[in-house]
Amino acid sequence: MTALPPFQALLDEHAADVMAVLRGAVGRGDAEDCFQETFLAALRAYPKLDDDRNLRGWLLTIAHRKAIDHHRANGRRPLPVAEPAELPAPGGEPELGDGVWELVGALPPKQRAAVALRYGSDLPHAEIAAALGCSPAAARRSLHEGMKKLRKELA
Amino acid sequence: MKAELKRLTDRAAAEGLLDVAYATLDSPFGRILLAATPRGLVRVGLPNQDAGEVLGDLAERVSPRVLEAPARLDDARRQLDLYFRGELHEFDLPLDWQLTTGFREKVQHAIAEIPYGETRSYMQVAASAGNKRAVRAAGTACGSNPIPLVVPCHRVLRTGGSLGGYGGGLPMKEALLELEGFQ
Repeated sequence: MTALPPFQALLDEHAADVMAVLRGAVGRGDAEDCFQETFLAALRAYPKLDDDRNLRGWLLTIAHRKAIDHHRANGRRPLPVAEPAELPAPGGEPELGDGVWELVGALPPKQRAAVALRYGSDLPHAEIAAALGCSPAAARRSLHEGMKKLRKELA
Repeated sequence: MKAELKRLTDRAAAEGLLDVAYATLDSPFGRILLAATPRGLVRVGLPNQDAGEVLGDLAERVSPRVLEAPARLDDARRQLDLYFRGELHEFDLPLDWQLTTGFREKVQHAIAEIPYGETRSYMQVAASAGNKRAVRAAGTACGSNPIPLVVPCHRVLRTGGSLGGYGGGLPMKEALLELEGFQ
């Protein structure tokens, strides 16, 4: 195995994406705390990490776990829902406007993470699956279910 | 994002997760990289050395928990600034010698004792390190000094006074000696 890169390189390359995912998953107000928890947990585990091939997926997995912890701690209280900024196009892969993220935040954890990773971080299905620790088919299903709910909310 | 990252490095340091902090300093010779562990300054990267390589080496040899944390190097940066302006003659910084061992470490400790404005020959530092015949090894020890400037290997010359070598390039060695009062 090659040596792990300096942790700063992970921050430089992925901090913005992790923040985007967390904003989608827990809302803007709480994303900052989850961001800190995510990177502190990553720092703690980093020297013992024995597979450095997908550091981005590894970080997003931790972020996803922290988002779930956060929702558990809050009793899965749904986030206040704001007016959506724009409607996703019916079918195809819609662009999600800023206001839509409030709705995404109210989705069940797996669906929320799948939607956030797909549209917040632009990850392909295989990477979403890796980040969620499930099969690509299950990731696709979570994404599909999440998008279905969003469309219903927005209809 | 800047505030979040600052908060993260502060928390990492408070929790003992900041193994290597680094910062850069703009010197008259170009950008210098400074890296410290909780024990002290561990590495100085000179302008002609690739910062990415220096950081990669630190990640491998010290710890991969390497973060940019300028506040942790404020003191070193301030002292080096003063040194380059000719206003500081002796550094007062804790040093971490973990990147060097054995005879090299002895030589580098001997170099650390050479006062501002003075020079020694490779043979003299070899002798100070306990083996006056190990001149070549003393040269290697100068070349592998992890903390140049603060451990002033630029003050070591060939017997007879010719410059010898320098990791930061000979023009820099010459300019440093000039700064310290040599013609």
